[in-house]
Amino acid sequence: MTRDEVVKKVNQILIEEFEIDEDSIDPTGNMIKTLGIDSLDLVDLVVLIEKNFGFKVINEHMANIKNLNDFYDYVTARAQ
Amino acid sequence: MNRVVITGMGIYSCIGKNIDEVKQSLYDGKSGIGIDPQRKEIGFRSSLTGIVERPDLKGVLHRRLRIGLAEQGEYAYVATDEALRMAGIDMEYLGNNEVGILYGNDSSAKAVIESVDIVREKKDTTLIGSGSIFQGMNSTVTMNLAVIYKLKGMNLTVSGACASGSHAIGLGYFLIRNGLQHMIICGGAQEVNPYSMGSFDALSAFSTRESAPHEASRPFDRSRDGLVPSGGAASVVLESYESAVRRGANIIAEVIGYGFSSNGDHISVPNIDGPVRSLKMALNDAGISPADIDYVNAHATSTPVGDKNEAEALAEVFGESRPYVTSTKSQTGHECWMAGASELIYSIIMMKNSFIASNLNYTEGDESSSKLNIPNKRVSKKINCFLSNSFGFGGTNATLIVKNI
Repeated sequence: MTRDEVVKKVNQILIEEFEIDEDSIDPTGNMIKTLGIDSLDLVDLVVLIEKNFGFKVINEHMANIKNLNDFYDYVTARAQ
Repeated sequence: MNRVVITGMGIYSCIGKNIDEVKQSLYDGKSGIGIDPQRKEIGFRSSLTGIVERPDLKGVLHRRLRIGLAEQGEYAYVATDEALRMAGIDMEYLGNNEVGILYGNDSSAKAVIESVDIVREKKDTTLIGSGSIFQGMNSTVTMNLAVIYKLKGMNLTVSGACASGSHAIGLGYFLIRNGLQHMIICGGAQEVNPYSMGSFDALSAFSTRESAPHEASRPFDRSRDGLVPSGGAASVVLESYESAVRRGANIIAEVIGYGFSSNGDHISVPNIDGPVRSLKMALNDAGISPADIDYVNAHATSTPVGDKNEAEALAEVFGESRPYVTSTKSQTGHECWMAGASELIYSIIMMKNSFIASNLNYTEGDESSSKLNIPNKRVSKKINCFLSNSFGFGGTNATLIVKNI
């Protein structure tokens, strides 16, 4: 899966599942603050990434992810 | 001691999704019973059920407030929203006052089953997601509604089997009467999905009259062959009379009596003594005599033994006064944890509109039900005071008495 495909799919999850306004998706902003998600939403993000990309997000890895660009890279490197 | 009144009601059931729809269905004698083909596919003895459509709350509630709601929580949200609107209560009022919630619920099977299925398949609990725990706990309705409405008072689920809704209202009545709360959202909710009813079906307690779903629930009738499971949710706003007057609220009715008892007997077979004690306690609490009751909304679920024993209990308590007795379960099926609350609302609707809905499918009584005054046609009747029974597994009994205002 290419990075562009991952970006498209992740954004689709954010819009459809987390009901985040498309305009508020800023790839360079702080991921949690920009998207307005909380710790429970991160639990659901793990589930949705597993369903859509076939791998399990490791909580410890999330500590190194500061913005959506980091997350897109993280998913692209692992997506099946 | 405070007087306790009802200033709002909301309902979501198989005979209507709001008070107006339910009022019409009661008046018309409409049945909400149908067939769920999936039940036969997964091994049910009976595929009969109340047919309840799930509300779509996407766009109504924010995702975080929505995903913790199990099916019955969605029903409860819709019912509570209607009740609060009727009572003239908004978020500003809820934010500035200690309003409580006491709701009857005694299972949340689907959420629990689905989460266990994920763990069995994935062998990883982190793939369950965040909503499951809040959907699967018995207190799912109260925990979610308390957050949605930012409630600051009593916050508790009442689990008393098929008397849960009645006990929730009765306990709310006690709290307000004794000055511990001035307003409580009370009610009952019941999931309808087949997973929640499989183990109940296993007891052969359900009617198998599948060829005629509208005739399957026939409380007190000689040819009854079991109950029909159903569900939804029902909410009332209970309030002290003083609070209602201070707010200028429209007072719908007054709760004047609550009785309760435990049979101390069999886990699933009801007796006569327990209900008699509950009925007498409620009448004593209300300070009225049996002759003051114009209408009895019976628990009668359409099971052979349950209806018979309730009929004997009613005959013993009411004797010659013989008030009208019906079971609205003839239209709705057995709404289980919700039933005490929904049947209070059905009765209030009939009281406010001066009619008693037909006890559907009552064609011939047995030796016990023949002692009662059971109409099988709608009756025009001015109701000043009614009594509502709810009984449950383990021998828990609840009786509520409500007066018109």
